[in-house]
Amino acid sequence: MQGASREHTAALKRLGATVHQVRLPEDLVGIDALVIPGGESTTISMLLESSGTFEPIAQLLHEGLPVLGTCAGMILLAGDVLDGRPDQKSFAQIDIAVRRNGFGRQVASFESDIRIKGFEEPFPGVFIRAPVVQTVDRSVEVLASVELDGGKQSPALCRQGNVMVSSFHPELTDDLRIHQMFLTNIN
Amino acid sequence: MRVKRGLADMLRGGVIMDVVTPAEAKIAEDAGAVAVMALERVPADIRRDGGVARMSDPVMIEGIQAAVTIPVMAKARIGHFAEAQILESLGVDYVDESEVLTPADESHHIDKWSFTVPFVCGATNLGEALRRISEGACMIRSKGEAGTGNIVEAVRHLRSILGDIRKITQADEAELFDWAKQLQAPLGLVQEVAETGSLPVPMFCAGGIATPADASLVMQLGAEAVFVGSGIFKSEDPAPRAKAIVEAVTHYEDPAMVAKVSRGLGDAMPGLEIGELETKLAERGW
Repeated sequence: MQGASREHTAALKRLGATVHQVRLPEDLVGIDALVIPGGESTTISMLLESSGTFEPIAQLLHEGLPVLGTCAGMILLAGDVLDGRPDQKSFAQIDIAVRRNGFGRQVASFESDIRIKGFEEPFPGVFIRAPVVQTVDRSVEVLASVELDGGKQSPALCRQGNVMVSSFHPELTDDLRIHQMFLTNIN
Repeated sequence: MRVKRGLADMLRGGVIMDVVTPAEAKIAEDAGAVAVMALERVPADIRRDGGVARMSDPVMIEGIQAAVTIPVMAKARIGHFAEAQILESLGVDYVDESEVLTPADESHHIDKWSFTVPFVCGATNLGEALRRISEGACMIRSKGEAGTGNIVEAVRHLRSILGDIRKITQADEAELFDWAKQLQAPLGLVQEVAETGSLPVPMFCAGGIATPADASLVMQLGAEAVFVGSGIFKSEDPAPRAKAIVEAVTHYEDPAMVAKVSRGLGDAMPGLEIGELETKLAERGW
């Protein structure tokens, strides 16, 4: 649709996956998993609606299609979106509440190494006008957190069933470990 | 750099719209714009009115920031680093060092490395694009000829930049030294382009886009997103045209979809013939 799909495509191809872009409902035929990239969540929401892909994707996710959402993708999968537009749609597939642009504007965007459960080495976290996870249901596994101003920790990588979301952009780095983890979970 | 160009990556496949009021910014956001460019007058009016065009009033920029949740960009004059500092302090998400405003410096562009806020700059050819990148620009856009509703200049600039990139990828090591000399661009960047086959930062298209078909054309030529200036709010019915251009950028490779969204949009902005212009904005910048 809109956003940084090219980097996700490159990362997944390097790991041996077959990748194609979804713009229309017919593009969904035969897929094993879905990635919702970073971009502008209000724009992607509008385009999902106007292209007629929102309902079919919602149905596939309901049936358990594995999905990875980064940044805007996290917002589109969150159960509750704060500071969004009133008409902004979400697939509501993971029980978290996120605040859009929770870290602030672009001048507040940052890079920070984060510790991820199960990874020995830290992961380079690139946060761009990133959402902040405000609340997390007990059924959601928090795999990594990031420090907010004032020292409080906020979840940055979460998983619930087949749904994985990050507030940062693994696709903007050369580090493939998160994409690898996503593909491993599909198999 | 990764954080600064990262926002440009997130805007890819989207439409950035020029707006002059909070009400227009809302229309743009409602139509699915990925960002808005806050300015006092759209390029068509700047062209008509003449005089010195400067950075917008901070009150206007803040009004637009308050009206929308998507990124807000604003323009500074070429070389006017004080205007850029002010825009950064206002928290704008991107600064456009733009030839649409009257240049403040006839030989120097802003040293963009010294800022936290990322910059976009216009270019008419590959050498200009690489010079801007060497100064710290995180996004390049074609200049086109702003405020004309005429796509011909943007096409010329895109073809020039992308055509030279294609040629450079075929050049041998020795030829790259000559390319750097011809382009008046740093050798390191020329070598990087030769190796990767693309600019080191995203390349968007601006200048003269007025219809969904224009948007499809420049995306097919290789632009990664589009800026629409006067083309929306100088048209007969801005809201549906804005939405149609957003959809045309998403489905640019699908003529049936572009045809569908092009129906019944009313009159596009009246266009201008490039040969009859008194001032060519694209010639500003060095």
